[in-house]
Amino acid sequence: MEEWLHSEIFILTLVIGVYLLAVWLFKKTKLSILNPLLVSIPVLALLTHCLGISYEAFEKGSRIISFLLGPTVVVMGYLLYEQIEQLKTNAVSIITSVFVGCITGILSVVFIARYFGADHALIASLEPKSVTTPIAMSIAERSGGIPAIAAVVVIVVGIFGGLVGPFILERLGIKSRIARGLALGSAAHGLGTAKAMELGAVEGAISGLAIGVMGIMTAILVPVIEFFLK
Amino acid sequence: MLPGIFIVLFFYAFGEFVAWLLNGFIPGSVIGMVLLFAALGFKLVKPEQIKPVARFLCDNMALFFVPAGVGIVNALDILSRYWQAVLVACAVSTVVVIVVVALIQQWFEKHRKGAEDR
Repeated sequence: MEEWLHSEIFILTLVIGVYLLAVWLFKKTKLSILNPLLVSIPVLALLTHCLGISYEAFEKGSRIISFLLGPTVVVMGYLLYEQIEQLKTNAVSIITSVFVGCITGILSVVFIARYFGADHALIASLEPKSVTTPIAMSIAERSGGIPAIAAVVVIVVGIFGGLVGPFILERLGIKSRIARGLALGSAAHGLGTAKAMELGAVEGAISGLAIGVMGIMTAILVPVIEFFLK
Repeated sequence: MLPGIFIVLFFYAFGEFVAWLLNGFIPGSVIGMVLLFAALGFKLVKPEQIKPVARFLCDNMALFFVPAGVGIVNALDILSRYWQAVLVACAVSTVVVIVVVALIQQWFEKHRKGAEDR
């Protein structure tokens, strides 16, 4: 029995099964707080604990799934390519605004977290908080952070940004559709893009573009900022 | 679909190699992403070949970070110790990013319109 519970095929089936159930629940309820990840992570943590599956066995069993994070980051180059026309027509403004947004975003996280006395590993996990999860996890891992924290923080930031984003843009009186999509995508990645699509097709497309640009810039700027803040 | 999978893995492997050359300054997967983008832009790779692989991976992306997310149980004590830091830093920084990006982009557009009018 224990051997079966620890086998790769059981763990793999369990992870995908729980995830599919969580997706189903999310589609039924449509509540942004019932994000499939925020549901399936605690459920799996609880299940593996109750079934006596060690974390090592769990990690080994689900390695095939985790591996796909890398290829997912790579194919984002394709998603970026799909938006190349948008990028060409507004290259200077998009690159400048996302660049400044990226720097202020990272610096504000670092200074606030330091003020609260957080250690390096935690700060390194928070720095890529506006970037899409697979990229954020690899950035966090590279700079000595904890990928698991980065993953959960990124999801929560995405939900928060998607909720408050349209309200902030309204208060600021942002009329530009490009500015609205760009802000949502660069602050709240895929979850911001989902909100941007509700605002309109232009907002959605630009938001998708912002995810890729923000991801690349954060990957470059995090080590640079770390170097200067040492 | 297999050629598409091969191309994606090839760029991932190539990205990891460049990352190794750069002493791990930037994650290999991100370099692979930039290289794939460039290869598509220079028409070295056909977009139709990548599309099905990209769709499959991106549509199911959330599943891929579930296993790592479960590892959060090992990080609960650091999170419970610094939960205020995490909450305040992320909330403030998210608002900052939205405000900064939106204002700069809108400023650019107004500026350009003004120049065209003249």
